[in-house]
Amino acid sequence: MDGVPLSWFLILSAILFTLGVAGFLFRRNLITMFMSIELMLNGVNLSFIAFAYKLDQVDGQLFAFFVMVVAAAEAAVGLAIILTVFKNRSTRAVDEVTSMKYCPRPVNPQRIAEWSLRGCNG
Amino acid sequence: METGLFLLFASIAVVCGVNVVVQRHPINSAISLIGVMGSLAALYLLLGAEFMAATQIVVYAGAIMVLFLFVIMLLNAGEEPKGGRSWPARVLGIPLLIIFLGVMSFLIQRMVPETDQVVFGAFLKGDPKSIGTLLFSKYLLPFEVTSVLILVAILGAVVLARKEID
Amino acid sequence: MNFFLLSALKAAVVAAALLTTLAYLQWIERKVIAHIQLRMGPYRVGPHGLLQPVADVIKLLTKEDLLPSHANRFLFLLAPFLAVALALTSIAVIPFGPQVDTLAGETYMQLTDINIGILFLLAISSLGVYAVAFAGWASNNKYALLGSLRAAAQMISYELPLALALAAPLLMAGSLSLRDIAMTQSGHAGNWMIFQMPAPQIVGFLIFLISAFAETNRIPFDLPEAENELVAGFHTEYSSLKFASFFMAEYANMITIAAITTTVFLGSWHPVFPVEWGSNFVPSIIFAMAGALALYHGLNFYRKRDRMTLPVFAVAFFGLALLFAIPAVQTYLLPLFWFLAKTGALLFLFIWVRGTMPRFRYDQLMQFAWKFLFPLSVVNLLATAFLVAVFGE
Repeated sequence: MDGVPLSWFLILSAILFTLGVAGFLFRRNLITMFMSIELMLNGVNLSFIAFAYKLDQVDGQLFAFFVMVVAAAEAAVGLAIILTVFKNRSTRAVDEVTSMKYCPRPVNPQRIAEWSLRGCNG
Repeated sequence: METGLFLLFASIAVVCGVNVVVQRHPINSAISLIGVMGSLAALYLLLGAEFMAATQIVVYAGAIMVLFLFVIMLLNAGEEPKGGRSWPARVLGIPLLIIFLGVMSFLIQRMVPETDQVVFGAFLKGDPKSIGTLLFSKYLLPFEVTSVLILVAILGAVVLARKEID
Repeated sequence: MNFFLLSALKAAVVAAALLTTLAYLQWIERKVIAHIQLRMGPYRVGPHGLLQPVADVIKLLTKEDLLPSHANRFLFLLAPFLAVALALTSIAVIPFGPQVDTLAGETYMQLTDINIGILFLLAISSLGVYAVAFAGWASNNKYALLGSLRAAAQMISYELPLALALAAPLLMAGSLSLRDIAMTQSGHAGNWMIFQMPAPQIVGFLIFLISAFAETNRIPFDLPEAENELVAGFHTEYSSLKFASFFMAEYANMITIAAITTTVFLGSWHPVFPVEWGSNFVPSIIFAMAGALALYHGLNFYRKRDRMTLPVFAVAFFGLALLFAIPAVQTYLLPLFWFLAKTGALLFLFIWVRGTMPRFRYDQLMQFAWKFLFPLSVVNLLATAFLVAVFGE
């Protein structure tokens, strides 16, 4: 074997993507969720560049370049939003940003307790 | 030699990736993410993408992560409190993700044969000249559109983050 | 195997030279600033204070090494290491001379030439922001945090004009590799990037120089680390070897940026006028004049202290003049001489500006970067592109 099998690069990309998904779904801190999104984007970049090698075209690297640019723009706006949310609500947990949550008041009075537990109020 | 280098940088990437997800304090996650990006840049060099490796360090690790670090330091984001998650997430979450990863790996092994090897130095088109030629000829429209996108992002960030002038 | 051995040898030589130059750059800076301010500078520790860096090193090494309470230990230890490591890495791609024949074969006087040399340098300078940011955060001290965030914001703001001013000579050189850029400036001084037709890079050179001052946190941009602002900024809580590391990193950054300026704008190792007009004798003449001056002042009756030291320096200078006259050694030493002369002139400019100018206030600093330097560097790039497209080869 005189090289690294290409499938290893793609499997690494899948691992990084899965880690990103795990971080996004299981963490409540807004900034950590953002960093998980960046991790997912990095995994996808690795996949693009690996396929550029396989198909012997530079276009894959250009795709990765555009992904990088879009990630930069998204990070800038997303962090500005996080700053604004923190300024207005003094919280970083995504569970507590609930002022626009769609919460129809339950008809059954026994369910009002768990309704307010879910963050719906008034 | 490529195998050793790949295993080294891939293991650094995976360990740092796990660290991003697992750490309580956001600043440790940010440092681990910088580690992921650095090791990915080294892997891009193995794949013959030297311009992308340098761009990864300059743009991702050198600008975007600095932005993250600034926000974490300015907000003084402390450690995340241990919170409650719904029981489906706790029970099914990690096994589902492992199943997803298993299916992806199986499909990858099927589609990409074992004989496709990555040899350092086999891909010579990753130099700035070929990327530039392609960027300004075939992908000119996406290039111009991303410049508009960046302008929109700058405007959005400035408007959102400025102080109200009374 | 031969390649690895040769590379290791070159790396060792360059690292040793850089570290020695670091130490004596500090001596030169103190002497030059002192003479600008009409005083003597270090004078007693050795002949004319030449052993002062040694004394400083001993002092810094024997101080107590503190770790503040509740400090983030990993980041506190990482920050000075990162600063020094990054500062010493970027010297790897800078060419000091052409291809030479050594005992171990033919080799370039450069540690490594990568075809994205300029991008590598930009990447290293982007990572330098982290050393400053981590130092301030890990110190658990509000003055250090504010100082480090200001320094980090300053560094990333000035990276933009730096990169754009670097992009304009690339249009004329046609390559990102530093060796190719140095090769296109051969011949006479009219071929240096700063003067080269169709687009002389004078404005680009000035923008790059000003951004270099800001990137290395030198006066007039040294607000984040000035002693009378914010209690010494981001290295307030550091002591002993870590503090020494930050200073080493600052001087190494200075030397590296001066070397990059020389390579990209001032013609790297090429002499001012071509060899046919006798530029091979310039080093010998300069050293002989320096030796004569030292001898003249050493034999002055009224300078009792210098009666021993200055004639010794005179003999050393005459020896160097003779060394540069030997043709066999000239192939190695002449490119090195020209490179070091140009870099030294730029470093003298750094020190001169430090002794002469006041510092910017923080908002003035940021406005200057975003409202003046950045648009100017974009205009410079556009003008260069236009000239190269219309009149270029």
